[in-house]
Amino acid sequence: MTGLALNCTINKKSLFDRKHYFYADLPAGYQITQQRVPIAVNGSLSYSLCKDNKMSQMVTKTVRIKQIQLEQDSGKSLHDDARSQTLIDLNRAGVGLMEVVMEPDMCCGEEAAAAVRELQLILQTLGSSQAIMAEGQLRVDANISVHHPGEPYGVRTEVKNINSIRFLAKAVDYEIHRQIKELENGGTVLNETRAFDSKLGCTVPMRDKEGKQDYRFMPEPNLPPLILYDAKSLPANVNHQQVVNIDWIHERLPDLPSVKRAKLVELYGILPEHSFTLMNEDGLMDFFEDVVKQTQMKPKKVIGWILNDLLSHLKQHSLTAKESPISSFFLADLLNLLENGDISSSAAKQVFEELWKGEGKTPLEIVKEKQLELIQDQEELEQICQAVIDEREKEVMAIKGGNQKVINKLIGLVRKATRGRANPLLVKQILEKKLSE
Amino acid sequence: CQRCLALIRSTQFLNAYITVAEDSALKQAEESEKRYRRGQPLGELDGIPIAVKDNFNTAGIETTCASNMLKGYISPYNATVVQKLLDRGAVLLGKTNLDEFAMGSGSTDGVFGPVRNPWSYSRQYKEKFVPRSDSEPENSNWVITGGSSGGSAAAVSAFTCFAALGSDTGGSTRNPAAHCGVVGLKPTYGLISRHGLIPLVNSMDVPGILTRCVDDAAVVLGSLAGHDPKDSTTVQDIFQPFALPSLTDVSKLSIGIPKEYHVPGLSSEILAVWSKAADLFKNAGAKVVEVSLPHTHYSIVCYHVLCTAEVASNMARFDGLEYGHRSDMNKSTESMYAATRREGFNDVVRGRILSGNYFLLKQNYEDYFVKAQKVRRLIANDFVKVFGSGIDILLTPTTLSDAVPYMEFIKEDNRTRSTQDDILTQAANMAGLPAVNVPTALSRRGLPIGLQFIGRSFQEKQLLTVAKWFEKQVQFPVIQLEEVKKHDSSVLQHQKSASFS
Repeated sequence: MTGLALNCTINKKSLFDRKHYFYADLPAGYQITQQRVPIAVNGSLSYSLCKDNKMSQMVTKTVRIKQIQLEQDSGKSLHDDARSQTLIDLNRAGVGLMEVVMEPDMCCGEEAAAAVRELQLILQTLGSSQAIMAEGQLRVDANISVHHPGEPYGVRTEVKNINSIRFLAKAVDYEIHRQIKELENGGTVLNETRAFDSKLGCTVPMRDKEGKQDYRFMPEPNLPPLILYDAKSLPANVNHQQVVNIDWIHERLPDLPSVKRAKLVELYGILPEHSFTLMNEDGLMDFFEDVVKQTQMKPKKVIGWILNDLLSHLKQHSLTAKESPISSFFLADLLNLLENGDISSSAAKQVFEELWKGEGKTPLEIVKEKQLELIQDQEELEQICQAVIDEREKEVMAIKGGNQKVINKLIGLVRKATRGRANPLLVKQILEKKLSE
Repeated sequence: CQRCLALIRSTQFLNAYITVAEDSALKQAEESEKRYRRGQPLGELDGIPIAVKDNFNTAGIETTCASNMLKGYISPYNATVVQKLLDRGAVLLGKTNLDEFAMGSGSTDGVFGPVRNPWSYSRQYKEKFVPRSDSEPENSNWVITGGSSGGSAAAVSAFTCFAALGSDTGGSTRNPAAHCGVVGLKPTYGLISRHGLIPLVNSMDVPGILTRCVDDAAVVLGSLAGHDPKDSTTVQDIFQPFALPSLTDVSKLSIGIPKEYHVPGLSSEILAVWSKAADLFKNAGAKVVEVSLPHTHYSIVCYHVLCTAEVASNMARFDGLEYGHRSDMNKSTESMYAATRREGFNDVVRGRILSGNYFLLKQNYEDYFVKAQKVRRLIANDFVKVFGSGIDILLTPTTLSDAVPYMEFIKEDNRTRSTQDDILTQAANMAGLPAVNVPTALSRRGLPIGLQFIGRSFQEKQLLTVAKWFEKQVQFPVIQLEEVKKHDSSVLQHQKSASFS
């Protein structure tokens, strides 16, 4: 599935090999992998970046996928330096893994992070993996080299121990910087493996893996070649469940993130960068769609509340959309009140803050409690407007003199006087009427 | 069961068994008896005492591969073939001796010492034996069993069990079968599961079956063959167990005599027996044709490259961390590994690991490993051509001579011996074909000589049918052992073990 999603050529026949090396977390002394003929090759992954951090300027880039191979996981080693010993956890040794190898088409931490993020979304959409880096479900090793434009690629270092997308960007950028500095000082870059130290934000050489190893690759004698079929090559009398039919799988692929984003834009009339953020933040798209379902407010307006108000609050408190203290139900309620003209938008923001506390009160309850309803009574409004006009002779003079902009100040004062409970449009109307009398 | 156990005890000097599982065996025998009394035996193998070569995993019983590396190792699971036998009620008497990690052709290089050929103590041998000098002590003239499944062959030969499992990678079941005068079957690669058989060469190993007659071998084969999801190299086809027909008419048979098997070291005795056998078939009306397998003389070097390469790979798992021997050296992980492996493996194993790693180095891979694989293909194609031209079965000698005295055998090192002794059996492993040794006659020295039949892939039924006919014709004599006579004279009669008494 992943191979198809990444536009790879699927090798209908792929082979397994043994890669030999001695290490405590490798109980067999070899790892089964696909060195000669992997299961998928020559794909591509498209991802989007914001140019200069402006959401409105999104660029699409592509990174080529060299291959995808199946291999075994090793165990986990935990170094106990205090007692000079290493503890080995073999529970995951031998479990099957998929390794995606990208070509060096990316040029900075941001691009690497965006590419990996997109890969993560694709894997999650397909169900191939939950791809959560913090839990080791997706592990990323970065290979970095620098060169002057026009010259061949430089010596590369491999950086391991990267535990999040953010750290990936940091590690890549640090390493680029380190290599450039090293070369500018007349030094050389070693072809080594380094570890990313997240606390210090830098890469350090790893002690264990030294020197070039000859892995003594040998075909895995216990695993016959892996044969996959497509509709054309499928043998006639074979049990459907015993074979893998590439075409059958292809037909059943779910919508990939890029397709989903386009659909969001079309369906809801939102901007591409909006859909990008919606999909990029875990659970946000579902939240948005839930709200849209439950409110009369147009999606184009809802999106503002989701991306500005909700998202900023979530980020501030490091929460995901699923952990939001405001449910989609409540938010929809609130937006309905706003849409119906029961409250002003500034009042709505106040209610939002109150809802964020998560005390279980409905938007309506909060509005009543804080007396935030818009004043519907025309007479009451007129009275207040009149009061403001009477107070502010100077401003009235200015307006009558032709300076229309000053009316905003009066509107503001009316707003203050009503504690945000006045419909600004209505207020403007009333004031204008009064002033033209 | 009890008789067998008693026999094992009295033939301990043969050193055929590494571990005897007396308690569990008696319990299994008891269970079996109960089933028979109820009239509900599990099949032909119910209650039959068997032995298993010590490179098969047996749950709860020590599995050592005759190596220091695994001394004291108790497997947590049964190999598939062991499980199948137990499921059918067979009684597991114990684990038999072998060359360390099945590397060798004498069963002399295991850490528990060499296995002695029961025929060394037979009346037939003793009668013919002419001591070379008066100063030679009595007990030093015993002969080897051949290997590497020598323990299993000796166990069957000395009547301590009715069938035994061996393994065959380059002839390790057929070679000792020939020297010990028993039937040794190497099945087609992919017919019987290797799950739980500690691997030597994954692409050539097969579990081997050792019995006293061909019918027994067919019975055991019937219970073991078939696809195992735990072994991806077993074929998916459904296997139908068969009973062997008694062939009377061989006129439709076409027997091939490969001329390249007339190797330089072949003893004149064996040559004579081979010729006589060919004549036997001819006189019975079969078509006997000389054929050619031109790449035969490359098979030994090819085998050495491929075998050592896979050995180096398969032995990599023995690092002392998870199971087995672990050295006290603890300065660093590497030094612990090195010390553990030096202490745990004997010279033969270490030698093969080093060679194998050499062949797998990037700079050598093409020249050795890939080349050897290509030669292997040529060897296999030789057989395809011959079988394709109408030959049904090939008839060849199994060994170069009868069993050599131990003192003589150890004069040459393991590698030299293997090179010499595997030459007739090895090609069948390369090609994955089924082959069986049938005891044919006694040599001048009173020791068994066997001949080998090689068949088409997965045509064990045809192979064994012909073997059974041949067995009937030659009427190979029963071994006459003092110990066996003492215990039970009825055992000396050539019984079909299917009839349990």
